[in-house]
Amino acid sequence: MDMLINSVGLMLIAMIIWWFWMSSPKAKVADSQLIDILVEDGVYSPAIIEVPANQQITLRFIRKDASPCAEKVIFDTLDQNLELALSQPTELSLNIADAGEYDFTCEMQMYRGRLIVKAK
Amino acid sequence: MTVKHFSIGGMSCAGCVASVEKALKNVDGVTASSVNFAEHTAEVEGSFSPASLIKAVVDAGYEAALLQSEEDTAEKEAAEFEHYRNLLKKSFVAALVGVPLFVLGMSGLLPDLNNTQGQVIWFLIGLATAFVLWFSGGHFYTGAWKAFKNHNANMDTLIALGTGTAWIFSMVITLYPDLVPALARHAYFEAAAIIVALINFGSALEMRARGKTSEAIKRLIGLQPKTARVVRDGKEMDVAINEVGLDETVRVRPGEKIPVDGVIIDGHSSVDESMLTGEPLPVEKSMGDDVVGGTINKSGTFLFQAKRIGSETALAQIIALVRKAQNSKPSIGKLADKISAVFVPTVLIVAVVTFLLWFNFTPYLVAEEMRVSYALVTMMTVLIIACPCALGLATPISIMVGVGKAAEFGVLIRNGEALQTAGKLDAVVLDKTGTITKGQPSVTQINAYGDWQQSEVLLYAASIEKGSEHPLAEAIVNAATEKEIALYDSQHFSAVAGHGVTATIDGHKILLGNAALMQKNNVDFKAAEKEAQQLAEQAQTPMFLAIDGQLAGIVSVADPIKDDSAKAIQTLHKLGIKVVMLTGDNSHTAKAVASQLNIDEYFAEVLPEDKEQKVALLQSQGYVVGMVGDGINDAPALARADVGFAIGTGTDVAIESADVTLMRGSLNGVADAIAISKATVKNIKQNLFGAFVYNSLGIPVAAGILFPVFGILLNPMIAGAAMAMSSVTVVSNANRLRWFRSTEIRR
Repeated sequence: MDMLINSVGLMLIAMIIWWFWMSSPKAKVADSQLIDILVEDGVYSPAIIEVPANQQITLRFIRKDASPCAEKVIFDTLDQNLELALSQPTELSLNIADAGEYDFTCEMQMYRGRLIVKAK
Repeated sequence: MTVKHFSIGGMSCAGCVASVEKALKNVDGVTASSVNFAEHTAEVEGSFSPASLIKAVVDAGYEAALLQSEEDTAEKEAAEFEHYRNLLKKSFVAALVGVPLFVLGMSGLLPDLNNTQGQVIWFLIGLATAFVLWFSGGHFYTGAWKAFKNHNANMDTLIALGTGTAWIFSMVITLYPDLVPALARHAYFEAAAIIVALINFGSALEMRARGKTSEAIKRLIGLQPKTARVVRDGKEMDVAINEVGLDETVRVRPGEKIPVDGVIIDGHSSVDESMLTGEPLPVEKSMGDDVVGGTINKSGTFLFQAKRIGSETALAQIIALVRKAQNSKPSIGKLADKISAVFVPTVLIVAVVTFLLWFNFTPYLVAEEMRVSYALVTMMTVLIIACPCALGLATPISIMVGVGKAAEFGVLIRNGEALQTAGKLDAVVLDKTGTITKGQPSVTQINAYGDWQQSEVLLYAASIEKGSEHPLAEAIVNAATEKEIALYDSQHFSAVAGHGVTATIDGHKILLGNAALMQKNNVDFKAAEKEAQQLAEQAQTPMFLAIDGQLAGIVSVADPIKDDSAKAIQTLHKLGIKVVMLTGDNSHTAKAVASQLNIDEYFAEVLPEDKEQKVALLQSQGYVVGMVGDGINDAPALARADVGFAIGTGTDVAIESADVTLMRGSLNGVADAIAISKATVKNIKQNLFGAFVYNSLGIPVAAGILFPVFGILLNPMIAGAAMAMSSVTVVSNANRLRWFRSTEIRR
């Protein structure tokens, strides 16, 4: 019994490491220039978005979560930030030249998302 | 797909409409557009950046501005209040079940699980708690599940796992008590309910406290009037502020707020601009003067033409700049961000390790039968006590209050990094003209030599300076204008940087400038040298005038020192800052000003292009240097400095080279900016220290590190209370910055 519980515990640790740090959900490939992102229940949906470089895109955030945590979206590496109105779309237009990964988070880093910019 | 409305200026015919429509349709992302000639507006549909659209219209030869709907703060506040009430309601319902259970349990009035009757009662309690967890804590479980699906873990994950484990374990031993030894048969339903109550209550308090952190921005938004009185077809009518178009004529009556930015076309008045610039005295305005939206018309009535509307007004730009700065993070917070990013999964691992350690070592520390209970309770306590929010909030919440507070004093800080560096400054370089002095010099003395008369000296000096925009040149031209002297035109004009000017006037070769210019052109100026030195020692700027190689006179100009410069420099000294002055004046004038104001070091006869080098020189000596200048002529020096302050810019906020823009002319703004930066950085450090210490002490204590020596184990409900209060403490500490007072008031 002891061996079983210890083994389950160690497997759980391995799973936490794998699930949260070593794997990521599949990115949503943007099929238009306007991408809707729902801000609700602690997550951005979609949280990972793939967009082409050197193309005008508009991220339209729709905030459904009234808690203050959801109020801001910060694109730290792009030096951009937004304040999201509740239940109203708030847009951010971007045209990113450099391919790469750009994280966006709420103020407290609990909501987390990523823009994957791919060279055409 | 969105629809946006723009005001279009400069259209005079139907042909213009076609040109504007063509320009709009060529913008990437525009799917449809229509231009209304009568209203001078355009409706554009598609997915595009408003800035790129405005640029396209401007490139086509017209003007454009985005017509924005008014920011509805009342609606936002109502939604926030509703959420606050909802949190309190959830907290109350959870407490309504959790607290009686806790009291009954402590009083020994609840049955044990060793008989069927006890099991039935506990099962019913379990169902009641399940309802509470669904009603009051449902959002934690939904959030945790959605985050998990996204390979993310957040605060919801910790609360959901902590309370969920407590409930599941309690229900399992209620249904199958034989699974654990008799001593370990203890249900934790009350703990789950009370933790949910405490965390909801903490969130409500945090929300209340956070509302106060954005008071400064709310005050700025509140400056915007809701309506404007426009003149259309000769009739005055009140319209909503977002309906005012470019170039429209607007009437402002005494006591009214000016709705948008523009230029006065009729009438005059005095305008109170203190709410934007911090400048206490009203400013006189008449035809041709600019007026700024959000400021208050004091006495007269006037008409003005709207030149900047919507997001283009100075007030809108100030709000945007303050908001952007409030959301930016200084490097001091980067470590906390890195830790926050991996915090929750790390806590999950620590919780599993805690479980395993207690599962394996409880037999040696307590008793074999208690291993599952101890392992579960400590694991649950670790999950509940960990607070990633306090860490994540520590920096941004202080920046938000600090940047907002600075804006109240007319100090616009570009970003968090500038604020952090401003707090470290130990040397401030001041440009003399316009920074220490008023920047409005006047001629104080004219000496003539040889056969020349004073009026002739002024005539030639003013004639050569006629085309120059230098403040000293303007002073000389103004002196000639006052005496109604008709000026000559000059030929072969040449400005010798840092020396003066040369030209040919009325057939004479004229030189006007400092001693170096005279020496360079072999002019003997010994006769005037002593008098020039005396004038310089009185903090005046004497300029030699030579006509055809002969000394003809001295024109002395003085730029009065601003009333509050001495006190501001005294305040900077009190903040432990070395004050350095740069000036193009000769060393006698510079010395006189420096000793009058107790300036620590000065550099005289500095050419404009050398200012940057002087900043670099101080940096090479180990100083963290702030440079204060006008933001245009001093741009390279401002950019070179660790923090560039653009001073006295009024409401013209778009100064790219400056890290800090001071909207009023007083040097006190520099002291205010540095003082509030120091206070904010200190506040961030307190928050970060508190959050780090809380988590790094709280988690090991929750894991039971004190048990082997002191026999202390933390109750999960106390962990819940501590977690709920940790974020509230951080926000409340940041709110203390709201009581920061300007250095002027403190004096």
